[in-house]
This record gives sequence, C-alpha cells and structure tokens, in this order.
Amino acid sequence: MARRRRALAMLAALAALAAIPLVAGLVNQPFYLDLFRRIMIFAIAAVSLDIILGYGGMVSFGHAAYLGIGAYAVAIPALHGVHSAWVQWPLAMALSGLAALAIGAISLRTSGVYFIMITLAFAQMLYYVGISIEPWGGDDGMRLARRSQLGGPLDLGDPHVFYYVVLAILAVLLLVGDRVIQARFGTVIRAVKSNEPRMRAIGFSTLRYKLAAFVLAGAVGGLAGALLANQTEYLTPSYMHWTRSGDIMVMVILGGMGTLAGPVLGAAAFLLLENVLSAWTVHWQAILGPLLVLVVLYARGGLWGLLPGGASRDD
Amino acid sequence: MTEPLLQVRGLRKRFGGLVATDGVDLDVAAGETVAVIGPNGAGKTTLIAQLSGDLAPDAGRIRFAGADVTALPAPARSRLGLARSFQITSIFREFSALDNVALAVQAHAGHSFRFWRPARAEAALREPARTVLEQVGLGARGDVPAGTLAHGEQRQLEIAMALATRPTLLLLDEPVAGMGLDESARMVQLLRTLRGRHTIVLVEHDMDVVFALADRISVMVDGRVIATGAPEAIRMNPEVRRAYLGEEVSA
Repeated sequence: MARRRRALAMLAALAALAAIPLVAGLVNQPFYLDLFRRIMIFAIAAVSLDIILGYGGMVSFGHAAYLGIGAYAVAIPALHGVHSAWVQWPLAMALSGLAALAIGAISLRTSGVYFIMITLAFAQMLYYVGISIEPWGGDDGMRLARRSQLGGPLDLGDPHVFYYVVLAILAVLLLVGDRVIQARFGTVIRAVKSNEPRMRAIGFSTLRYKLAAFVLAGAVGGLAGALLANQTEYLTPSYMHWTRSGDIMVMVILGGMGTLAGPVLGAAAFLLLENVLSAWTVHWQAILGPLLVLVVLYARGGLWGLLPGGASRDD
Repeated sequence: MTEPLLQVRGLRKRFGGLVATDGVDLDVAAGETVAVIGPNGAGKTTLIAQLSGDLAPDAGRIRFAGADVTALPAPARSRLGLARSFQITSIFREFSALDNVALAVQAHAGHSFRFWRPARAEAALREPARTVLEQVGLGARGDVPAGTLAHGEQRQLEIAMALATRPTLLLLDEPVAGMGLDESARMVQLLRTLRGRHTIVLVEHDMDVVFALADRISVMVDGRVIATGAPEAIRMNPEVRRAYLGEEVSA
C-alpha cells in the first residue's frame, strides 16, 4: 500500500520533471531547463550517496571525490580529442568505482567519526591533486571543448536532448535502485545498518557487502560527475572540495535519508533555495543552515517524510 | 575415543588488568547440553563471545567439528554450524519478525550479491523462516516489526534466528534473561525440544532453568572453571556451594 503510494509519487515527480522543458518554453525561461537539469544531476549524486549513507549507515563525507573523478574522466579524454560518451561515461564510472574500492577498503575498517574523517581526508587529497596538475587546468580548471557525443540524434549540445538524457538516467537509477534495495543485496545493506554484530553472528561477512555498496555508490557518483562536466562545460577541482561533499550530504538529509525519492527532493529543495535566496543575499546559507537544523530536529524523515504517504521508509 | 564437537584448551582473555578468561578448558560432546554457570563477572559472556568468534582470545585453542577455529571470525564460524544468541537482545528492530529470521536463512543460502529479485519474494528464504518462527511459537507474529514485539517474544526471536542458520552447536547466552515466570517457563519448554537435536552450550543465571536442561554443568568463578560435572554432583559440591550456589539455594 505505502509502497504503491510511493511508486505513484515517484512517477508523478518524474512526470513533472519531464514537463519542465515545456513549461520553460511556454514562459520563455530557458534558464529553468538549465536549473532543473542541474537539480537532476545532483539528485543522481545524492541518490548514490544515500545508498551508503541512508540505507547502509556509512556516513561518507567524501562523496564529491567521485563527482570530480567523473568530471575529469570527461574532460581529460576530451582534451585529447576523445569525445564519445560511450568512452567517457563508462570510464567515469570505472575510475570512480575503482577509487571507491581503494578508499572503501581502507576506511570501512573504521567506523563512526573515524570513518567520516578518513573519507573526508581522501576526498581532500584528490582535491589537492587536482589543483596541482597544471596540464589538466590546475587550480583554475579548464573548459570542455564540446559536450560528450552520444551519437545519432542524441546531441547533448541541444539543451532539451541533454535534459531528457539526464532525466532518463535518473529514472533508470531510481528504478534499478528500488530493485536493488529490495533484493538480497539491499536487504543485507539495510540490515547491516540496523545491527552489524548480529549480521556477523548469523553468518554474513559484512565488509564485502559494505564495500560493494561503497563501490556502486562511487560509480554512480562518477556518472553524476560526468554529467556535471557536461552541464557546466567546465572542469574544476572544486567539484571535489569538501564543501561540495557537504552539499550532497545536506541534500540527502534535507530530502530524507534511507529513501530514493528523498535525495531527489532534497537536491531540488537545496538548489532551488540556493537559486532563490542567492538572488536576495550572498549569505543565503545563513538561511539554509537554520532550515536544515529544523528539518533534523523536527522532521527526521526529511522533506519526503513530511509528505503524506512518504513517512514510512522504503523497506 | 571420538573427539568432542567443541574442544577448548587453555583459553585466556585479558582486558587490561582484568583476566576475564583464565585458562579455560571445556569439552562438549555432540548432542550434549552443557550449562556454564557462575556469579556476575565470572567471565561467562566473554567465554561465549570467544567461542562465537566475536572476541579473539589472547591464548588457547578452540576446536569445533574437528577443525581449529581459533582464528576464524564470527561469520565463518556461523557457516561451520555454530550459532549464538545474545544476552542483550540483538535483533533487527526495524524489520518484521519474519524478515529477521529470513535474513538468518539468507546468510546460509548462497551469496547475497543478487540485485534484482526482491528478497521477500524468495520462497527459499521465506518458507524455512516461517517454519522456524512456528517452531519457536511466533508463527502468528511474523509481520510484526521486531522492535515492537514483547520482551519475551524478542527472546524467542533470538533463538529463532540462531536456529535458522541450521547450527550443530547453539551458544545460548542467558536465554531467559529478564523474563517473567510464564515467559521463562515457555522458553524452557522450547529449549527442551532443542535438546539432543542440537548440541547446546548454555550460559544461565536461573538455576531452575539450568537444572531443567543441562546434562552437565561447568562452574566459572573469576575466569576459571572451578568444577565440572553432572547436575547432582555440582549441586552437592562444597566448593561450588561456597562460591556460588550458597545464597541461591537458600534463597
């Protein structure tokens, strides 16, 4: 019942997103197309973080690292004349998944505050590596000569085509994510969050499952990074800065941890607020901060939990 | 003579200045129910934790089913057929009772790198879980979130999760802890049905429970086993009475 309501709400949200380009066209505000594409890209990143953070209880504070690796995986091949998305995007996922494997293999041996700090440290390390490599733009970053080439009619240079490609990726992620969460694998991840000693006692070697989830989340985060580089047509190491990791985490918490729709809602709320508030004041985060505190104090399920039918989690 | 199912030799565990396990030897034959009793702080739970693999001993060997398992972590021991229940109820509170048991089945039904088919739709996980829930008397409570079950029911669920791993050896850490008389009687009834079918190491405070179930009793004091024997012999042992049973028997 609740599950069906959630599925309907998700479909409605996707339908609304699909209608955005039409609305933007009608009111002659192409800017909305750009904004909502950005929202969806960060939604992909936030959903990937929520798989480990919300479902798995692994508080990774370095998720922006994968965003950055994904962006580099687009920009560096492009610099050498390789523009095919079929090369760049799988490369983005493979490299960020590999990075997550290395980072996870080390950091998952710790827990609590240590885990948070180690994931943060790895991401900052990659950030400083990015800053120091001059041929790849160094601190300033570099322009992307052209967007990834999907071939055929799918020209990402067309803002509408790009928009719907991102929407399709988000929709597939939500669909696949829902299956994974309900399948054996997701059940293990959620149960590890609930009670890891018990999981080990009944016979699960929990580390390998946590690591696999960490790698999956990293790979999807890398895909979001590849899309982000296309969105901005620019590469900058600041995609990996720890404040960016914080932003993604805020999106997850604001929208609702341990749900798939929550992070999407959180990304939308965060970026819309940023957009509206920053028009008034450069200190827009002074308004976002207290808002986040209120959500954490009074709405544990996040914005998604406040919606009718959203209160129960996707288990 | 055949080797006992569980064989512990010279087990030692120290926490800073406290020697929690001080050279424990223990043999448990297949099919036997052995109770470990002793006053608070005697090191019973620490012993169980080392047998289950949750704690690594500082010295000594643990052999189980003919293999040295001293260095094996808890999940590997579970897969060899060793299951434990916890003194402080340890369940998946947000999951339904049936989900809890199904997870224990899942742990022993191949790997869980399966990403598509809903686990709740796998009859191979749900059916055995339902059978075990029936067995412990929770058949009608399968859909209830485990965290909202009554205390006694949560203790039954503990046992169900251990049983669902199809263990040969059950390590039960105070299964009737915190239970009322009725609940306790029902738990003893349940444990009685498990005797003989499983080999059991039982840590328990309640002497009525111990004498109702145990084939043999080992008495622990200050990390050491001071006596081992049949229930009647233990009841009569003057050293045991002085160290432990005295006040309980007169009470």
